[in-house]
Amino acid sequence: MLDLHGYGPSLMKGALVTVELALLSLLLAVVLGLLGASSKLSGNRLLVGGATIYTTLIRGVPDLVMMLLFYYGGQVVVNMLSDYIYYEYDIDFFFQFDPFIAGVLTIGLIFGAYMSETFRGAFMAVDSGQIEAGKAYGFSRWHTFRRIMLPQMLRHALPGIGNNWQVLLKTTALVSIIGLTDMVRVAEQASKAEHAPFKFFIPVALVYLALTAISELFIKWLNARVSVGVAKGD
Amino acid sequence: MADNAPLICKDIHKTFNDNEVLKGISLETRKGDVVSLIGSSGSGKSTFLRCINLLETPTSGEVIVHGDPIRFKTNRRGERIPADNRQVELIRAKLSMVFQSFNLWSHMTVLENIIEAPIHVLKVPKKEAIERAEAYLHKVGIYERKDYYPSQMSGGQQQRAAIARALAMEPEVMLFDEPTSALDPELVGEVLKVMQNLAEEGRTMIVVTHEMAFARDVSSQVLFLHQGHIEEQGTPDKVFDNPDSERMKQFLAPSF
Repeated sequence: MLDLHGYGPSLMKGALVTVELALLSLLLAVVLGLLGASSKLSGNRLLVGGATIYTTLIRGVPDLVMMLLFYYGGQVVVNMLSDYIYYEYDIDFFFQFDPFIAGVLTIGLIFGAYMSETFRGAFMAVDSGQIEAGKAYGFSRWHTFRRIMLPQMLRHALPGIGNNWQVLLKTTALVSIIGLTDMVRVAEQASKAEHAPFKFFIPVALVYLALTAISELFIKWLNARVSVGVAKGD
Repeated sequence: MADNAPLICKDIHKTFNDNEVLKGISLETRKGDVVSLIGSSGSGKSTFLRCINLLETPTSGEVIVHGDPIRFKTNRRGERIPADNRQVELIRAKLSMVFQSFNLWSHMTVLENIIEAPIHVLKVPKKEAIERAEAYLHKVGIYERKDYYPSQMSGGQQQRAAIARALAMEPEVMLFDEPTSALDPELVGEVLKVMQNLAEEGRTMIVVTHEMAFARDVSSQVLFLHQGHIEEQGTPDKVFDNPDSERMKQFLAPSF
């Protein structure tokens, strides 16, 4: 049997941290992506400009640089803010910017930019006649969005979401560099202490592989659900 | 009485950029009228129909639905827009539209398509909406397809489902935008038959069409549009058999 020199439980814990990090980042990325895509399609100059700056900036900077910037820079900003609030309003609040929060924010922000493009394409792929039929039957804008746009857009967005998710999952490994005890960091420490890189990194690789494989199955199932009513081969 | 007219349009103009597509179209309907809008492509007939339910905002002119005039205002860029979106939604609910390309919501079954607007816009209880939908599906002859998705049906069946969706709103006026133009020739008949039945029931309908036989046999009023204005107007007998306008004579000529 595999002998992990007593590191088994902490590797498991690390894997759990990886999954939590990935899921929370995904949630943030989807929210930011929907906002980004809606802004870009809104036609409002301010919103379009803001969203374009966001996606251009984020997609142009390496993930690692951004993460370091957020982790170290983020704490400086929080400190400045809490000092200011203490002096001005006499409210003592302190907030420790830990690697987990920095990780979720950075990864969410990065993948939010990619999701914006995915969602924008998906929104534009929805047949305008479908939206027009909603309007012609007296739907409000919100109702048209919720009942027609969103369900039909998902079918076009899902392949892109699936791609982004798999890359996102693997990007979480970077957070070990700023000190988060995810499974990569546990494996790194263990392999240094035990001088046995294969023994620790191969299980980690297998866990990532298992996670992506499960995701793929889930996305397939989801795809069947959102494609309801679509003729095969269409 | 004018107040009871289901639909009155007064001097509708529509300009896209610098191109004046409608140059003053007026129309007054009585209950049970079937108005056919005919004319060659680009004559403005579809644009006029889309101005009635505000899918296009008329540049000027009035639309009055059952005595209720649609209110407009001017936005910051100087464009005319509806003053009250809620009013537009309420009026659209009274003017159900049947589209050339059906536009049934593709992710919903036929039944779901038909009950969606009655439940969410007219606030009809779900059970009643379903009963109503089933009755109209029987009427258009596709009850047995109620759980199909649009992509699983022929064009003619989809258009009949779309007509059932329109009927389920129990509208003041039904607007048909070239309802048979996207159909294979052998499927046109089944849709026209349904429409003829509706006309005989006394429903008020405005139909943009290229089907001259339908316009002649079923309508009470025919409008021939040419380059954005009404070139000829009247009963089918008058417009088809004894037109004043040269254009109308030319338009009819190829069919002889």
